[in-house]
Amino acid sequence: MSFDPVFTFGTIAAAALIGLGVNHAIDGTLSRSRVPMALAELVTLAPGSFEHPRPGEFLKDNHPAPAPVAKEIIDKPLEIMKFQVTASDYDRCVSDGACKPADSRLAGNVPATGVSFLDAQAYANWLSAKTGETWRLPTDIEWAYVAAERFRADIEAGDGDPADPARRWLTLYRNESALGRKADPEPRPLGAFGANSKGVADVAGNVWEWTSTCYVHATMSGGAVASSVSNCGVHVVEGFHRTYMSNFIRDGKSGGCAVGTPPDNLGFRLVHDRSFLRAALRRLGLT
Amino acid sequence: MLTRREALLGSVLTAAAVAVVGAAPAMAGAKAQNVAGLPREKVTLVAPPFVHPHDQVAKGGPKVVEFTMKIEEKPLVIDTDGTQLNAMTYNGSIPGPLMIVHEGDYLELTLINPDTNTLAHNIDFHAATGGLGGGALTLINPGEQVTLRFKATRTGTFVYHCAPGGAMIPWHVVSGMSGAVMILPRDGLKDDKGKPVRYDRIYYIGENDFYIPRDEQGKFKKYDSAGDNYDDTVKVMRGLIPTHVVFNGKAGSLTGENAMKAKVGETVLIVHSQANRDTRPHLIGGHGDFVWEQGKFANPPAKDLETWFIRGGSAGAALYTFLQPGVYAYVNHNLIEAVELGATAHFTVEGKWDDDLMMQVEAPKAVAS
Repeated sequence: MSFDPVFTFGTIAAAALIGLGVNHAIDGTLSRSRVPMALAELVTLAPGSFEHPRPGEFLKDNHPAPAPVAKEIIDKPLEIMKFQVTASDYDRCVSDGACKPADSRLAGNVPATGVSFLDAQAYANWLSAKTGETWRLPTDIEWAYVAAERFRADIEAGDGDPADPARRWLTLYRNESALGRKADPEPRPLGAFGANSKGVADVAGNVWEWTSTCYVHATMSGGAVASSVSNCGVHVVEGFHRTYMSNFIRDGKSGGCAVGTPPDNLGFRLVHDRSFLRAALRRLGLT
Repeated sequence: MLTRREALLGSVLTAAAVAVVGAAPAMAGAKAQNVAGLPREKVTLVAPPFVHPHDQVAKGGPKVVEFTMKIEEKPLVIDTDGTQLNAMTYNGSIPGPLMIVHEGDYLELTLINPDTNTLAHNIDFHAATGGLGGGALTLINPGEQVTLRFKATRTGTFVYHCAPGGAMIPWHVVSGMSGAVMILPRDGLKDDKGKPVRYDRIYYIGENDFYIPRDEQGKFKKYDSAGDNYDDTVKVMRGLIPTHVVFNGKAGSLTGENAMKAKVGETVLIVHSQANRDTRPHLIGGHGDFVWEQGKFANPPAKDLETWFIRGGSAGAALYTFLQPGVYAYVNHNLIEAVELGATAHFTVEGKWDDDLMMQVEAPKAVAS
């Protein structure tokens, strides 16, 4: 790959060298590495708490119920890529033999798309090994915190009618139709969908993102989950709305179980887990 | 471009000229004069899946029913990825509109080929007798119009399609030029025992197989005009594997806001045509109460079908009374074609759930240990 001033400013090169000298600021401020080859673009969000409708399918008294809303706490600064992992980032992992080529043929400064949960994990593992730091997919809760005002959760249909399951199916179908979202399949260059209030770019654009949260069937008792069975062969995918996809799916259009608007594209961004030791060293000016 | 267009018109005209020689004398005749005394009715066509207003049981004697269709060549998007077909359409829609008359009526069509089009077109009615189904008498160049009348002698659902000669025939058909005619018995539809049956709603679904060429990267190609895609498209057609199999011209054309509607207790007649390739409609969660698989009402309908077979080049009809509310998928039950290639439609059905027909006795929970 030839030198290209555009993508050296992107996430890939930056992310790969993040451990070498990054300035961090809290909440919405970019962190930029001073490594000549690259500028890291991470956003660090301050800890906080927020109301979050949980992912999965919920049953109450043997019939479907809306997802319970829980107060979730992010108890330490959350460091996440400002942009989705790009096609050229991903290509480096492919060149290293650690990732399978993506289904999308797009290259350069666009999000890597046509990637499965398994591909995203392979990339995170490769990047972690490459940098000696921990890179991982965000949990559904972390993603929602990062997405802030752009978070939509599941398309809801309210309480199921025990006497008439069809009512909820029809409501859900209508609600999905009413969103009126037109298919928008062509990935755009990084930043095309702008940044949200937290300074994170392209959230809920036309690339949905894998999370590390497993799909779950939960049975509610009162307001709490009494029991649940999770299926980690299916993961939560977040974007314009929340959905659930089998780990090996690379094209959201063929992987969705719902009747409504499927994800245009599947991609991802990663969370950077700071090691306390490294942070301490940095504070002492030793890195 | 111009060279291509001339070449296409040339081959079309040759084929048509041969056909016309044999067919022209059929125009004259004593019987045709009787038609002059018949009442006439003008019908305005509506785009599928909807169907123009009509009587299920004929009122009065035979008449001449007049229809007009304008042929439109225009690019149409056929899937959610924005793939473009240089479509050729009857009246602007894929499929062309459903035309309904009764047995013994005369169907009189004025076909218009505006000068904004680039190709010669015609129409072959499977319901008509002689003259290549009318194809021999209807070939018109851009800037021409023609009127054809044929007698509705057999009841049933029948395909019509463009057939402008030779290699043009399949190409025009897989570019969207097909539709259907329904000829009802004068006393309406009957079940297998000869008892009259009626429908509260009727929907017309035309299924199409499309063959869009791809570039070296595997992406679907776009062409400025129909003529430009001909060579590439024929290569794909010869492989016999469609890139798209869709209802009403586009993957998802009958879903979401455009899902077909019905109520519990209503009887719906679904007319399904496929001008080129076999298909097998299935209503997920429902049935075909009475199905005219071959589409011909002189034969008793089959009962209680799960899936029915529509031969390529034919139209069939299925009558179903919805018994349960919900969202129903109506698919080509080659599920690869339904899900991957696009042949899925939806019905949303309002009404009261019947626990006797179905209930979830126990919701999902952990396996008992």
